[in-house]
Amino acid sequence: MAYSLEGRTGAWEVVVGLEVHAQVISESKLFSGASATYGGAPNAHVSFIDAGFPGMLPVINKECVAQAVRTGLGLRAQINLFSRFDRKNYFYADLPQGYQISQFAHPIVGKGNVEIELQDGTIKHIGITRLHLEQDAGKSMHDQHPSKSVIDLNRAGVGLMEIVSEPDIRSPEEAGAYLRKIRQIVRYLGTCDGNMEEGSMRADVNVSVRKPGEEFRTRCEIKNVNSIRFVMHAVEAEALRQIEVWESGGEVVQETRLYDPSKGETRSMRSKEDAHDYRYFPEPDLLPLLLEQSWVDELKAKLPELPDEKRARFCREYGIPFYDAGVLVAEQATADFYETLAKGRDGKLAANWVTGDFFAAMNRTGKNIENPPVTVEALGQLLDLLADKTINGRIAKDVFEEMVETGKMPAAIVEEKGLKQVTDTGAIDAAVAKVLADNADKVAEYKSGKDKLFGFFVGQVMKAMQGKGNPALVNEAVKTQLG
Amino acid sequence: MSLDAATVRRIAKLARIRVNEEEVSTLQNELNAILGYVEQLGEVNVEGVEPLSGGAQMALRQREDKLTDGDMAEKILANAPDRIENFFAVPKVVE
Repeated sequence: MAYSLEGRTGAWEVVVGLEVHAQVISESKLFSGASATYGGAPNAHVSFIDAGFPGMLPVINKECVAQAVRTGLGLRAQINLFSRFDRKNYFYADLPQGYQISQFAHPIVGKGNVEIELQDGTIKHIGITRLHLEQDAGKSMHDQHPSKSVIDLNRAGVGLMEIVSEPDIRSPEEAGAYLRKIRQIVRYLGTCDGNMEEGSMRADVNVSVRKPGEEFRTRCEIKNVNSIRFVMHAVEAEALRQIEVWESGGEVVQETRLYDPSKGETRSMRSKEDAHDYRYFPEPDLLPLLLEQSWVDELKAKLPELPDEKRARFCREYGIPFYDAGVLVAEQATADFYETLAKGRDGKLAANWVTGDFFAAMNRTGKNIENPPVTVEALGQLLDLLADKTINGRIAKDVFEEMVETGKMPAAIVEEKGLKQVTDTGAIDAAVAKVLADNADKVAEYKSGKDKLFGFFVGQVMKAMQGKGNPALVNEAVKTQLG
Repeated sequence: MSLDAATVRRIAKLARIRVNEEEVSTLQNELNAILGYVEQLGEVNVEGVEPLSGGAQMALRQREDKLTDGDMAEKILANAPDRIENFFAVPKVVE
């Protein structure tokens, strides 16, 4: 079922395009040698170039160019061997140059696409229009003083990749899935840390609505939304506002708006009235950026395996379901953990343990994959104990909890607590005989046709053996002795 | 191409230059004269000529990604009309 919003005049379709600003991971800034690291004392990571001092000339950082190309390759996009920088002119207190060096007419990356997966399992392609390199602005803080805003230029001049999507997104869910996918790709590539809280990834959301089958109507741009959840809310809130405008006989005007998460609504940003008149012109301080195809090929050859490929390979190599593989590749560190565990073991069993007990323990203890509740070696040893039938599945769960609690290795726990599975058929037969003798009435009922009691006998035998009986052998023995 | 008075006012506003009403027509004439002068370039046939990107036909020089600058907040703030600790201070920008 396609997503739509119901108005007084019937169903409306929502059309969304996203501009994602992703901060490039690099040591130094895009055009200066000052630190590109987040934080730092106010104005400590600032050079004369970043502060817009007269006479300073920008020199481009080769690594930022490489990061943009890697990201472009990850988005299955066209890499433009010729690209150029332009000045985007606007006045704002945190933009000391009075212009942002960006790429307008000739971006470094052209058309590409990403695959998103929706709740119901459908796969959809979202087109990428372009990716261009530009400078980030400084940071304004408005709540430090009653009548003044204060400016920190540490972020000014840090490399940004602006990734622009086609207006292919049709619901808040798709917007969320798209953002998660972009975040996943840049994190795998190591080109952006995807941290929306610290602002290293932000999104501008373009929203319009239309009746099914119509041409696009006027859109509004919601600036600087800083979480995936807020993007999803902003899409719906803005679409509902526009439907109300259209249905009351009004007309949506193209403008820049702000999303207010506390009120769950968008409002007009008057300050951005002239925002779309940027008077772009070619940056006279920089020559065109020319790339060698051989250099691009070299970068391509060294790209890490991306989430889509990894997911397909996990299904193929380890025989696990597509859904489970998706969960495992969501974060590269989780995928690495799983793969270390699954190598040379039963892939399905490994996947069940990671997505089941392991994830549960991680959530419960507040730990993460970098600092896991049990090490991959310990969990591996546990799977080995299961595989060679030293312990059975039920005992394994107890041993796992003990591992989380004490940090001990599973073999040590099994040894210490005497949890080895009993495969001695003599001992099993004796336990079965005793249970059947003690429950003569139930045996009679069973023999008169109450088949369900079989499970009861098995349960009693396992209980008598403190859960250590080999389940298959116990089943077998109960069956035999009941005749 | 000719600029009307409204466009002149808009350009001034975007450039944050205060222009008195009596100056508008003078500026309009001057800007139109400049544009007229530049428009002479339109007479040259540039069919099939690659755009020139600079005086020297060189590729953009790229630098290594190394930390070579910064850590001089005092110098950066030296010309600031106003500051609070090591921040620039500006009239409050209200959204």
